[in-house]
Amino acid sequence: MSDTRQDALPAQAMHGGGGKELTRRDFLGEITLGALGVAGLGGAALTYQYFSPNVLFEPATTFRAGNPDLYPVNSVSFLQDQQVYIVRTPSGFYAVSAVCTHLGCVTQWKPEADVIACPCHGSKFKPDGTKIEGPAPRALPHFAITLTADGELSVDKLQVIKADQVLRV
Amino acid sequence: MATSFITLLENLRETRVWKSIFWRGPALTNRTRSLAVFGNLFLHWLPVKVREKSLRVRAAYYLGSLSFLLFLILVITGVLLMFYYHPAAPNAYRDMKDLRFVVSNGVFLRNMHRIGAHLMVLLVFWHMFHVFYRGGYKPPHEFNWVVGVILLMVTLFLSYTGYLLPWDQLAFWAVTVGTNIISAMPLIGSKVRFVALGGNIVGENALLRFYVLHVVILPLLAFLLIGVHFWRVQKDGGLTVRSKDDDGKN
Repeated sequence: MSDTRQDALPAQAMHGGGGKELTRRDFLGEITLGALGVAGLGGAALTYQYFSPNVLFEPATTFRAGNPDLYPVNSVSFLQDQQVYIVRTPSGFYAVSAVCTHLGCVTQWKPEADVIACPCHGSKFKPDGTKIEGPAPRALPHFAITLTADGELSVDKLQVIKADQVLRV
Repeated sequence: MATSFITLLENLRETRVWKSIFWRGPALTNRTRSLAVFGNLFLHWLPVKVREKSLRVRAAYYLGSLSFLLFLILVITGVLLMFYYHPAAPNAYRDMKDLRFVVSNGVFLRNMHRIGAHLMVLLVFWHMFHVFYRGGYKPPHEFNWVVGVILLMVTLFLSYTGYLLPWDQLAFWAVTVGTNIISAMPLIGSKVRFVALGGNIVGENALLRFYVLHVVILPLLAFLLIGVHFWRVQKDGGLTVRSKDDDGKN
């Protein structure tokens, strides 16, 4: 509290230190406001937690894609349930996301044009995920693909890997 | 016949029951007419007096009133649709189909709700442009302009949340795209999208969330804000009238 304010209110009770005396009413008022503020923040945090589900009934992010022999060399196979392309080139396998990096539509593989095309806003990608034309801002990500002990392909959609990593079978 | 009806009405207004409801007897003077409006919960926010020129069609094209009328139609038809609609997959899509092809007059009510919703977005925008170009946002109407802008956003959110409810391909991809736009927000985008959808994909949680927003939260908010909006029209001195209107020319 500045000196001018104290001068403006000469009737105000003063303490030795020159600070403003806090009346009981002011004190209780501030305590109440503080408590309401804490309760409000806590309520907001609890509400946010309540609205974030802990268990989701969504398709699994890790899945098996079957035996490698199912996929001929130089092929792009769309797995609809998982929204992933399994691409087999002479050098090996990789898994490319089928979800457009623009606004989340599911893309389509067009073998006649050798492109992955998005039906929503016209983005185009090469079969390795590289962007040919927008509005998509980025290439389609590659997911980690491994071979299980019993010889099946396994894809983990939570693990994005570099585009030059290929699974050799 | 006509005179006996008026006599009947006049006698009714003198009865104890009428007076207990409306407080006043017959509204024969300007003062009692004003008091009758003030003392009625459903009328008290209306202007007691209205200038004749503000009631001319060209003054407002009744765009605000028409928007409100559409809102009432949407509430009534929406409540009726709720009797056949389950906000769950796969019921939602089937219920929408049933409403179109099985339920008596269902297609009429659904289309009234659907087309009415499109019209309401159109009329609310039209109303806003009309108010804007007439300078209706200027003092003392500044606050009511802000309330109107919030009402525009509530209308758009109602339209958007309702769009998901048929649970068809159009709805699914519209909401997938729309909520991916949310996730473009810096820092909190993906969290807001997760909470809005109740998951990572547009699924049953998202359908239920959009349903609750569409049928409870947003309509209540709209009712509240419409009340404030109309009340402020009265308190800010009635409908805006341009000075040009005073000479009867436009």
